[in-house]
Amino acid sequence: MDVARYVKDDKDRIQAVTLSSGIPVKASYGPEDLAAVGFDYARDLGEPGEYPFTRNIFAEGYRSREWTTRQYTGFGTPRETNERFQLMIAHGQTGLNVAFDLPTQMGLDSDHPMAAGEVGRVGMAVDSLRDFEIAFGGIDLHRVGTGLTINAVAAIMLAMYQAVGEKLGFDRTRISATPQNDILKEVIGRGAWIYALDPAVKLIGDTIEYSIEAMPRTNPVSICGYHIRESGATPAQEMAYAFGIANSYIDEVVRRGYHPDQFVGRFSFNLNIFGNLWEQVAKFRAGRKVWAQNLKDKYGVKDPRNLWLRGLFAGGGSGLTKAEPENNIIRGAYYGMAAALSGAQTTALCSFDEAYTIPTPRSALLSLRTCQILMEEVGMRDTVDPLAGSYFVETLTKQMEEKIREEMADIDARGGMLACVKDGYVQRKVSRQAFEFEAALERGELVKVGVNKYATEGQHEVDLHEYNEAWAEEKIADLQEVRRTRDGDAARQTLKSLEAAARDGKNVMPFLVDCCRAYATVGEMADVFREVYGEFAEPKMF
Amino acid sequence: MNRTIKVLVAKPGLDGHDRGAKVIAHALKEAGMEVVYTGLHQSVEAVVQAAVQEDVDVVGLSILTGGHLPICRKLMALLAEQGAGDKLVCVGGVIPSRDFEALRALGVKGIFPGGTPLSETVAFIRQHVASG
Repeated sequence: MDVARYVKDDKDRIQAVTLSSGIPVKASYGPEDLAAVGFDYARDLGEPGEYPFTRNIFAEGYRSREWTTRQYTGFGTPRETNERFQLMIAHGQTGLNVAFDLPTQMGLDSDHPMAAGEVGRVGMAVDSLRDFEIAFGGIDLHRVGTGLTINAVAAIMLAMYQAVGEKLGFDRTRISATPQNDILKEVIGRGAWIYALDPAVKLIGDTIEYSIEAMPRTNPVSICGYHIRESGATPAQEMAYAFGIANSYIDEVVRRGYHPDQFVGRFSFNLNIFGNLWEQVAKFRAGRKVWAQNLKDKYGVKDPRNLWLRGLFAGGGSGLTKAEPENNIIRGAYYGMAAALSGAQTTALCSFDEAYTIPTPRSALLSLRTCQILMEEVGMRDTVDPLAGSYFVETLTKQMEEKIREEMADIDARGGMLACVKDGYVQRKVSRQAFEFEAALERGELVKVGVNKYATEGQHEVDLHEYNEAWAEEKIADLQEVRRTRDGDAARQTLKSLEAAARDGKNVMPFLVDCCRAYATVGEMADVFREVYGEFAEPKMF
Repeated sequence: MNRTIKVLVAKPGLDGHDRGAKVIAHALKEAGMEVVYTGLHQSVEAVVQAAVQEDVDVVGLSILTGGHLPICRKLMALLAEQGAGDKLVCVGGVIPSRDFEALRALGVKGIFPGGTPLSETVAFIRQHVASG
């Protein structure tokens, strides 16, 4: 929920503004500010579509291509989820983003004891290829790309996406999946980790390596500054930590003998938008530049297209409040506008009821409509990088670049992101900041409308999505039927081969695809890795 | 009272969204309490075992998935079984007001839905541990 900090005098005149990343904002800006930060058009901005891509990765921005709308969707059984997918596509949504339930994210079958009460609750329950066949039935996978919001077992879901493509008649070289597949951020925030970190990163390396040849239109990782920010990071840290994580994955694949130019162009990012508008815009403009320079200078990336910071810039859940939930509709609209002004390729907005539970069809559609209104009515597709040249925005972009580099240097000095996450450095730092934010809010030093200023008494009623207990029974019955009707020997054989491949340190992806084709379950595949790789142990927090 | 209040901050179940749990742990520590944090993905059995072993005064659960009723039902039963039914049990997270009554009926004393001021939670624990 971070917002800028304001100091006011007794007549409510603003005396000082400090952004979350620690940058002060002045009352007015002019040419002298650009001179003071050493701004140079050619070096710092360049033309849109040209290095260092500060202005946009595309020369004409949204004129040449509208942004993809990709609301996070999934609940209950694959049947319910498929219905919601069809609804969103019928209303003009151009991409899918699958929410999985917690048992699936944790590599447990729906009938596992730890899954009790959670099947289909916060996302779709997936046990085997049968579920993907239902979930993606009737959807043109050559046209619609799919985000798979899952991390610890992302390799399994990517393999299953290839398998479902084959089954439904789509070519693996033409389908486009974007598994989230970012285990390091999962340890920093969100917490759906399973395996020890070294093999978990190796598994990510396998998906990247496999995608180069087998699934060239797939984006094998989507590095999530988003959840790191939700956990308490500042906007500058969000970018710096995401880049640090991305570098860890690049290093893993480079170690296997590949040049970054062969794969880094398919990396995508999932980044967050809430809080101060100017800080968000400066963050993305500076971020595109820092990322491009990082790839060029540190990794010798040559192809300009591989230097693009591409991604989903999404309205953040942490910006939303439980109090006066309708205010979240307004917040979502501004976050969507910030995404557009920042040059996002893909946008999704948290729906106004998400501080309570997952969205109803009505609230999900409202988020989609918010994006469509921005594109069709308000003028967000008119011209590329409309805030360029503003003395304020350009000064702030330079200052944000500096902050991002400082935070990256801090991580590098501590041995890189993998080391910092293993040690718990980043987790301790962001959780401390989250506490300090909440405490400042409570003291009234930071303001959230309807929460600690202009707050109203009483409960606000909203129509909520209802969880249906019957979904779990239905799902478990489906799973048991799959186990009963599949060729059990074939499934066991593929799992054995998977285990051997994992033990030998081979790339496990082709073996996972075989398992999926044989209707091995997510739990069975995940257990192979549990056995071979061992489980992650959290560093001490308190 | 002079003795330090000891609180178990627990994340039962599969959910890993732990910002809230960690924020409240920081707040309780700042308020001078001793905090034991279970870490993620804990079974209810493991939470109860930790509560008994650490001999805490308070068991604080952070639950965001909507599974708070079955989790609390099981936790209260297991605590009673272990002769630890006297511990102050609190729950925070995404807890709709329509479930408050059912939670209280189970014996959950403190209910702190998202947005509850930290100071309110701290004061509640102080008051109830002191008077209990």
